[in-house]
Amino acid sequence: MMPFLLLAAVKALVILGILLVTLVYIQWVERKVIAHIQCRLGPFRVGPHGLLQPIADSLKLLTKEDLLPPHAHKFLFLLAPFLAVALALISIAVIPFGGDVEIFGVKTSIQLTDLNIGVLFVFAVTSLGVYAIALGGWASNNKYALFGGLRSAAQMISYELSLSLGVVGVLLLSGTLSLRQMVDAQAGYYWGFLPRWNIFQGPWPQAVGFLVYLTAAFAETNRIPFDLPEAETELVAGFHTEYSSMKFAMFFMAEYANMITVACLATVLFFGGWHPPLPESWGIHYLPVPLFWFGAGMLFYHGRGHPPGKQRLSMQVFGAIFFLLGAAFLLGPVRTLFAGPFWFAAKSGFFLFLYIWIRGTLPRFRYDQLMNFGWKILLPVGIANVLVTGLMVALFG
Amino acid sequence: MDLFLFLTFALIALGCAVNLVVQSHPISSALSLIGVMVSLAVLYLLLGAEFIAAIQVIVYAGAIMVLFLFVIMLLNAGVEERTRKSKLVRGLGLPLFAILLCQLAYLVYRHFRSAAPVQFGKFIGSTAQIGRALFRDYVLPFEVTSILILVAILGAVVLARKEVS
Repeated sequence: MMPFLLLAAVKALVILGILLVTLVYIQWVERKVIAHIQCRLGPFRVGPHGLLQPIADSLKLLTKEDLLPPHAHKFLFLLAPFLAVALALISIAVIPFGGDVEIFGVKTSIQLTDLNIGVLFVFAVTSLGVYAIALGGWASNNKYALFGGLRSAAQMISYELSLSLGVVGVLLLSGTLSLRQMVDAQAGYYWGFLPRWNIFQGPWPQAVGFLVYLTAAFAETNRIPFDLPEAETELVAGFHTEYSSMKFAMFFMAEYANMITVACLATVLFFGGWHPPLPESWGIHYLPVPLFWFGAGMLFYHGRGHPPGKQRLSMQVFGAIFFLLGAAFLLGPVRTLFAGPFWFAAKSGFFLFLYIWIRGTLPRFRYDQLMNFGWKILLPVGIANVLVTGLMVALFG
Repeated sequence: MDLFLFLTFALIALGCAVNLVVQSHPISSALSLIGVMVSLAVLYLLLGAEFIAAIQVIVYAGAIMVLFLFVIMLLNAGVEERTRKSKLVRGLGLPLFAILLCQLAYLVYRHFRSAAPVQFGKFIGSTAQIGRALFRDYVLPFEVTSILILVAILGAVVLARKEVS
């Protein structure tokens, strides 16, 4: 009992730590990427290349006045942000980040807990997340906030169906609800090189299911182009108009935590979790070395002619860190321990980048377009995918 | 541990159920109902029926109650108006309620006294078994139910459609 509790506590702390750091820095990455898409520099003043900006922002939010609007429903107004953050952080518990590893003689898997209804657990928690937004909007006693809350309730109910339908095809292929077993079912390669990820897996590759899932996931996390609940041009700030200080920050955190969960789930369900894109016998686990060294080279190259000043050496310092990271992957134990999580992080990181990329590219839908698209296109496509997958599995599975 | 968890969540469910009736604002009542649903899900989980527990949360708490809340918010329903309680209700209601409870308790005691109490994990309700039961043993009732629901949906769509003049 005791070792189990200790192990669970250590794993929970490590995963929570990584999640919180990612949460904080995904915002920095987002601002930087959006800035570069729009030919700006983005945050640059606080720390080298604005790296301390998220910390400054958090401190600023902490010291802001915490307002309670008059005639607001006090209890629900306070409950909503807590609910948002709690539900957003819970679902990360069932995501498997890597295979079985052995550290200091303790065998464990890089995952907090493996439920045999893992997928359903994530969906159950996500489906409760809508309450935070709807109640926050309603309790604020503000017409814009109310409209934001109403919109989000309608939107999340509509797109939750498509989200689940996109995943049903994967469930049919793998025949389990446990996320770990799903990843295990995606091990191996066709013809020695094509990974058996669900997006390539026979008898019916889940490319359509993935597109349905991805689109619905954008709507479910209230991101552009589906961020109707907080459309600034129409609703001031939507459901969190009346929120300030840390309560606003909690809504903010919940949105990014949901993004991370959805990206991790896409990796697990469709892209083989921690399995590398090419067979291990090809030395694919050495790929992080040239990747990190390429990054280091780029940083050294661009840091060459930096004008003298406080930030003169920042590029070189980060280049050195990247070089060391790459060198660490030359060591056997590091490779066996971190190769799985590396591939997992690379795939999830790509989806997170996709979120930001699309935010910098697409305009917002109109409300009727959103509903029409969800019910008349996404849902039928999802159902058709389930039918075809079921038929193929019954015939050839 | 089982007993402790069972008692905790059974009490939460009961408390929320009482709160549902007592509250005067529809939103508070709806929230209490969500509390009942979620604690019921935990009770299912204690029995080992994890699939039912997850479906309970997804369908009842995550979909149906969101619709309830949506309608309450959309109609902006205000605080329930309390009429002056009639003397008949106050005089007869509570004793009758108590008698009903006693009857139920007596029946349960009489018929299920010898039944062994349910233990954690004794009831095996894995996803595969439920699927097999639904699509093999009870496939006809299952499909008939789905047609019934389809008819209900179509009826709602027809009723709600705007008349094209």
